[in-house]
Order: sequence, then C-alpha cells, then structure tokens
Amino acid sequence: MEQPTTTSTSHAHSGSSTIGASMTLRIDTAIEMQSLSAWYSKNQVLHAIDLDIAAKQVCAFIGPSGCGKSTLLRWLNRMNDTIPGARATGKIALHGVSLLDSALDVVDLRRRVGMVFQKPNPFPKSIFDNVAFGPRLHRIYSRTDLEELVEQSLRASALWDEVKDRLTSSALGLSGGQQQRLCIARAIAVGPELLLMDEPCSALDPRSTASIEELIRELRATYTIVIVTHNMQQASRVSDTTAFFYEGKLVETGPTDVLFTTPKERRTEDYVTGRFG
Amino acid sequence: MKTGRPIAQSRRMFSNRLMLVACLGATTIAVLVLSALLITIAIEGTGALTWSFMTSFASRKPEQAGILAPLMGSVWVCAICAIVAIPVGIGTAIYLEEYARRSRIKSLIQLNISNLSGVPSIVYGILALVAFVRFFGIRTADDAWTFGNAESIFYLQIPFGPSVIAGGLTLALVVLPIMIISSQEALRSVPQSLRQAALALGSTQWQVVWHVTLPAALPTIMTGAILSMSRAIGEAAPLLVIGGFLLVFQTPANLMSDFTVLPLQIYNWAGRPQSDFHKIAAAAIIVQLVVLLTFNTIAIIIRQKLQRPLQS
Repeated sequence: MEQPTTTSTSHAHSGSSTIGASMTLRIDTAIEMQSLSAWYSKNQVLHAIDLDIAAKQVCAFIGPSGCGKSTLLRWLNRMNDTIPGARATGKIALHGVSLLDSALDVVDLRRRVGMVFQKPNPFPKSIFDNVAFGPRLHRIYSRTDLEELVEQSLRASALWDEVKDRLTSSALGLSGGQQQRLCIARAIAVGPELLLMDEPCSALDPRSTASIEELIRELRATYTIVIVTHNMQQASRVSDTTAFFYEGKLVETGPTDVLFTTPKERRTEDYVTGRFG
Repeated sequence: MKTGRPIAQSRRMFSNRLMLVACLGATTIAVLVLSALLITIAIEGTGALTWSFMTSFASRKPEQAGILAPLMGSVWVCAICAIVAIPVGIGTAIYLEEYARRSRIKSLIQLNISNLSGVPSIVYGILALVAFVRFFGIRTADDAWTFGNAESIFYLQIPFGPSVIAGGLTLALVVLPIMIISSQEALRSVPQSLRQAALALGSTQWQVVWHVTLPAALPTIMTGAILSMSRAIGEAAPLLVIGGFLLVFQTPANLMSDFTVLPLQIYNWAGRPQSDFHKIAAAAIIVQLVVLLTFNTIAIIIRQKLQRPLQS
C-alpha cells in the first residue's frame, strides 16, 4: 500500500509545527482521517486515505476528474447517506467526534458543517428567508435577533450592500455570483465550524470568481475551509495546504506553495504542470 | 462509399404537401365535430337558462323544473371528495417520492396505482356499493349505528346508505389514483439540488419536504387537484350505481341526505320522451360545461401565474 508523501508535518494535535526555516506555529487539527476507504455499491472510490486538516485554514483537494475528491468531501458531512449503496470504512474525526459512527446525529453534524455546491442553489424564497432558513431549523429566534443574524451573515459574505434594500425579493433574481455568495451566507448563518466547498466557482464568470476567492480568504479567519477545485491556479491563490488525489488515493499533501513549486511525487509534478488531467 | 440513387424532388414535395393536408384535415374534422356539439347544445338550451331554472327544484312540468337540487348535490359530493382525496393523495405521493426506498413492494404499489387510474369508474361504483353503502353487510339500514343528531351536518349512520357521504367517498376513490400520480410528478419535478441544499443545512427529511419540496411543488399539485375535481364533477356512472339517482326535491342537509348530481339529472331529463325536457337537459349541460371550463381555466391560470422558476 502506498503511503502518501507529506512535504511537511501538519499532524500536530495541539503542539507546534515547523513550517519553513524559522517560523513556529500552533496548529489545531480540525479533521483527522485514518485509513478511510469508500465504496459506491461494489465500486471502491477511495483507498485508505490518511489525512489531517488543520483548523482555520483553507485546504484544497485537487486531482483529475473521478479521483474521489468530491466523494471525500461529501463524507465530511455525511451527505453520501442520501446515495443508496454508499458506504465507508476507517475513521474520520471532526474535532474528536467520530463521523462514521452509526449513532452519530447526522442532522446536528450538518449544522456544524456547512456546504456550498458547484451550481448555486438558492431556495425559491426571498433573500431573507434563504439566509434565515438554516437558523430557523435548529432554534427559535425573535424577529430582531433573526434580522441581526441575517445581516451579519450577509455582511460576512460581502453581499449585504448589494441586497440590503431588497431582502424580501426573490433570491432567484440575483446574478450567478450573487447567488453563490447568498449560498455562502446561508451556510455560515448556521454557525458551522467547517465549510465545505465543492468547486464553488466553476459555474461563475471570472469577476464573480475573483470576489468569491477573496471572500474565502477572509472567511479563513473564522472557519476551517475545505475546497474541491479543478482549477490549479485557484488552489494556489486561495489555499494554505493542498492535497492531491489520484484514482482514489491520496498521493501527496502539504503547504500549497511547496506542493506547487517543489512537489515530491512525480505524478504530482505532472498534474501540477499540466502534463495530464 | 456508396452513393445510392437520387429521389425525385417533385416526389418529396408531393409527400410533404400530402401530409400537411392530411394533418389539416384531421384538425378540421375534430374542430367541426366539437363545434357541432357545442352549437347544438347552445341552440337547444339557451332559451331555458333562466335564474328560476337555477334556483328551483325538479318538477313534472318542464317549465317549472330547475337544477337547484343537483347543483347543490354536486357541490356537496365534490366537497367531500376533495376533503378526502386531496390530502390522502398528496400524502401518498410524498411517502412514495420522498421516503420509500426503492424495493419490490414499492414497485408493486406504483404499478397498481397506475393501473387503477385506468379502471372504468363504474367499477368503483360497485366497490363503493359494497363498502360504503352496504358496509359489507355488517349492519343493515334498519339496525344502523348512529352518530350525532339529525340536525347537525355531521349526522352519520353506518351503513352509509345511498347518501351524500357515500357519493363523496366513491368519487374520492375514482379520483385518488390521478391525484397520487400527478402529485408524484409534481414532487419529482423539484430539482434534487434544492433538497441537497436543505439537507446540508441540517434539515430532517420532514423539514426538507415541508419547507422546500412541498412549497416548490405546490402550484403543480394544485393544478392536478383542480383537474381531478373537474373529472369528479362529470362522473355519473358510479353515482348511479350507489343510488344517487333519485327524484330529489331538496338540497342536502347533512351527510346522510339523499342526493343527485348534475350529470344524473341530465341523464334523467334527456331520457324523457317530451322534447321540452330535452331543452332543459341542454340547459343543464350548458351549466355543466361552464363549470368544467371554469375549473380548467382556473387550473391553467394558477399554473401560469404561480409557476415561478425553481432554478435561475
């Protein structure tokens, strides 16, 4: 079995880790995966993944189509439960809580882990109701508290100024980039610890993409973010660490700048320089 | 590479023309037949369409006969049908689409529902006769269980006998398969991405259905409900079997009242030898058609107005 190559240590639980020659940083681990394998019915799509993801950083999953990165992302909030025949073995822990436990409260997990999808999917409701949807599922709020929460979430996703005068209008009237920022606001309104983004910019034009990438960089201060992307330049712009997957196996992982400039594995280098994929 | 033989241009143009004429001909025939029907009815019946016609009861004299009893009977029967069939139909559709896993049993249920929607409605009349009117013979009419008193609307007796509630339940049986299938189609048309978005925010399955799927599918479901009701209004055969066709001189007072419906009254009058009765039958047909058209138009308007796009 191939061991993935790590170009720097990012495993520490709550100790210190050395990145580069002279910096010492305290890094908490948000997600630990050990020997994670996953199947869709008889078809194995992930092979014994060992990966740790640090808290309050952006980790990018890159790799060619079909390499299992979206599947892995969807196991982090158990969205694969909706697919009949999907199963996984091994261990995933989110801040110590085991995610593959059959006794796990999946609904509560999905409150703690937000997800933004490839194609913006706002509900056919007003902008306000879209953002308030998540919080209303879990708690009862007074009207003023809810309005404040909605405003905070929309400010955090850089959408407030554009929509503050039309909160009651339909969310479907927004442009693609605005809709995706609305989906991000909707996801963070619930107050998650972890944000999962499955190719969030692939359906958007370059200007919207740029504004969302900037948003991701700002959100990093509050949330752990895992982003799946096909676009390697995006990965290098936006992420702190990168994990490269190929055919369901984790090939290499490490700080983004190191992985892109001096990768250890031949396959990583080939992919990153565009020789395949 | 083989090149084949040329087809004469004139031959192709001729076939093209021929098909155009044939399709136009078919359309013309259909329109002519429909127009002929409508015009005949209009000519026969408009004379008798007066306010007193709408508000009086049946009578042996055609000049004094009116459709108040069958009109109110239709209203009562269709109201009961709607109250029973719509919630049960939508509930079944929600279970089949949102909850049930793919299995042999589910396929069997699905197949049976599709089959039932094609069953001639008189069969439901026979079923209703045994199940609702006679209650499988558990009790006879002389020896009935009684609930409530005869003054309230909800006066019930078991067995139901040939009453308004039996009529309503019969129509509910007729209409249920259509209701289930159209609701299922409506739910299926809600994009999966909306459900995924709701689940990812931490909804339970019921919250997804109640807050996202059902509101999105509601315009189509309502259209299906209205079309089901317009089918129910026109049903005569099953109600005839359960005994709805009596000479009724009052509007229904409670659930156990005798009743008749508009199609049955038309059948009654059209079958009389005197031509004056045929005129008022035609007038009743006009009323029936106007009601039907109104329902269908409302359904179409709802579909146009409320069908916002679900995705941009």
